[in-house]
Amino acid sequence: MAVIGTGQTKHESRRDDVSMQEMLREASQACLIDAGISVGQVEALVIGNMELFEGRALPEMWCAEGAGFSLKPSLKIATGGTSGTSAVIAGYYQVASGVFDVVMVVGFEKHSEGNTGTGMAFTDPMWDRHVASAAVGNFALSISQYMAHRGTTQQQAAMAAVKARRNACNNPYAHLQMPDLSVEDVLNSRMLAYPIHLLDMCPTTDGACAIILASEKVARKVCPKPAWIRAAATLHDQPYIGDHAERLVTMRTLKEASRRAYQAAGITDPLKQLDVAEIYDPVSYAELAWYEILGFCKPGEAGRLIEDGVTAMDGELPVNPSGGVLSTNPVGASGVIRVAEAALQIHGKGNKRQVPDVKTALATGYGVYSWADVVILSSSPQ
Amino acid sequence: MEPARVAAVGVAQTIYEPFKRMTTAEMVYEAVKGALTDAGIDISEVNYIVTASVDLWDGLTASNIAVTEVVGAVMRPEVRVASDGLFAAAHAFMLVASGHHDIVLLVAHAKGSLANHFAVSNWTFDPIYQQTLGMDFLAAAGIQANAYCELHGLNRSHLAGVVVKNRLNGSRNPVVSGVSSISREDVLGSPVQAYPLSVCDCSPATDGACAVVLASKSIAGRFKRPVWIKGIGYCQDVHYLGDRTLTESEALIRAAQNAYKMAGVTKPQCEFSLAEITEPFSYQELMWMEGLGLSEKGEAWKMVESGLTMLEGKFPVNPSGGLIGGSPFIIGGLARMAEAVLQIRGEAHARQVPGASKALVHGTAGPCGQSHAVMILDIAD
Repeated sequence: MAVIGTGQTKHESRRDDVSMQEMLREASQACLIDAGISVGQVEALVIGNMELFEGRALPEMWCAEGAGFSLKPSLKIATGGTSGTSAVIAGYYQVASGVFDVVMVVGFEKHSEGNTGTGMAFTDPMWDRHVASAAVGNFALSISQYMAHRGTTQQQAAMAAVKARRNACNNPYAHLQMPDLSVEDVLNSRMLAYPIHLLDMCPTTDGACAIILASEKVARKVCPKPAWIRAAATLHDQPYIGDHAERLVTMRTLKEASRRAYQAAGITDPLKQLDVAEIYDPVSYAELAWYEILGFCKPGEAGRLIEDGVTAMDGELPVNPSGGVLSTNPVGASGVIRVAEAALQIHGKGNKRQVPDVKTALATGYGVYSWADVVILSSSPQ
Repeated sequence: MEPARVAAVGVAQTIYEPFKRMTTAEMVYEAVKGALTDAGIDISEVNYIVTASVDLWDGLTASNIAVTEVVGAVMRPEVRVASDGLFAAAHAFMLVASGHHDIVLLVAHAKGSLANHFAVSNWTFDPIYQQTLGMDFLAAAGIQANAYCELHGLNRSHLAGVVVKNRLNGSRNPVVSGVSSISREDVLGSPVQAYPLSVCDCSPATDGACAVVLASKSIAGRFKRPVWIKGIGYCQDVHYLGDRTLTESEALIRAAQNAYKMAGVTKPQCEFSLAEITEPFSYQELMWMEGLGLSEKGEAWKMVESGLTMLEGKFPVNPSGGLIGGSPFIIGGLARMAEAVLQIRGEAHARQVPGASKALVHGTAGPCGQSHAVMILDIAD
């Protein structure tokens, strides 16, 4: 099956002009127009959202109508940061089962209406909650270890942060667009938790993103250039930070998930065979660590990869033409945005951020403690 | 209608009780271990895990982090459907039916007694107009029950039979603890909480976990008593209570229609040995029976009063006792599915419906039954 259309909101730190329902409508409507079909042709909805961040219970009950769905099958998927990619993969299986031919997946988050820090502190009440280290603290620990093992420097990580916010300038939907951002700016920005500077870290954003998945029969009928899904893999990991020695260094979930996805899609040399990658990059250092895990380079060489411009827009494998999560992060949507951005590259609808001649694209999701999703899309069905 | 592709091959439930003295992980581990043992498989044979839990009710962000290890999701694919367990079951069905995964483990958990249920439910309502009015599931249910009774000329006494039946069935269900049978007089004498609903018309807040193992047809031969999923359907209505006709559930009618179509069911009133229906409130068992086509509109109470839907009757509804009989909210429809599997296998002991071969299973989520899931289980594929 394939992604036949994508749509997203203009992502901002505060979208005070729309309610959550209206935010879904903006993304859904853009997606239907892009796909060239009506909402009546979509049979089911999958929503991705982390309700705790906005303090809404069962937000899909209120919001599904915003996306144009009433009296239709509707499900909510919630798996932390991977919610968006989990929702896409859930939609994938719904179409693959034959129960539905056309499914819309919408991910959204309206961080400005809640307190994300508080929401993220609701972890295991006996051991983790009092540490309340949430994302930044956990990453700081893992990253310090990663730097010690692999020799990646703060400067190299800052280059990833710069690449992201400059790429975002080509993306009309992106939140943080910083055309003049420099490595010095990143290194001079406030230290959040060593070695993570403020500008190394993703923002929280209000936004929504929708894609439409269609069976082969429907895709061939309505879409001139479907983005076929060639592989989808998911792996989760246990949550106690103290029980996992080298989470970021080894990232065993992403390593194995990508191995399975590459195998299913016939990819043996990712750097050569992938034309573009949308990697879920919550922090600059993670993007570099994941170049190694995803097999773009050997362990310890990620810094050299970014210094040599291999993952720049004009490099051999552009990573995150959209600006990535580092530029735009509505948590429930971020994973859907990765798949949508990968798909629209194949559709040839990337405009100023279009990578020339994209045939194969990678999208990843990251969440909670090393949960990993990998999706590979292609301009050909096999 | 094609033959069924997916079967339930293992089930287990913890004891359902309030203030359960186990952590979430311990409860879920017990259910998972039980289901794997029942299916005769090892955790290593599970290809995918689907969990069901709701963050706001658990007081935990990404509430499946509490169970990752005990459901075997470490270095395995897992997805959480944040709703009533039967919606998770519908999704798990699709995972297996896709042909990509032969064995899927499905687990729902809830610690209802640790949440102020109705206070949390207030946060389900539209935050701009309704939440600040103090709308919650109880107030909403009162509105719907009132409208339903008004339309059909019913009152509290027409609802009491459901409470008596389900409390009796729950008290006799070995997986339920702390539920006692109650007389009709005591139901009618209990204090009103949201007119016309009394305390007894509302299901209690309880804790527990339920696990089901699904397997694809291609490997089902290795399992002792597969119970086939012949049809699924789910459907979500609009949110605002005023935008719906509250006295019936269009979403349920459509969900049932989709499930019946898939299963080749044309006469729901005659084709099932039993029904397991998720009823957070007494009157909803009547409304959902009507939406499922088991009775005419406004007439379901007669099936209860006549004894037809009692355990000993000709068409038992909720032999497990349902939610009013003590099984937890959120686990909801998954516990209904577990009971139906046990009934069809002939493993329901004292509550066995004789000759049970085909069951109608239902789950619901959202205020006033905004969303419904329906599943049909059959001994034959």
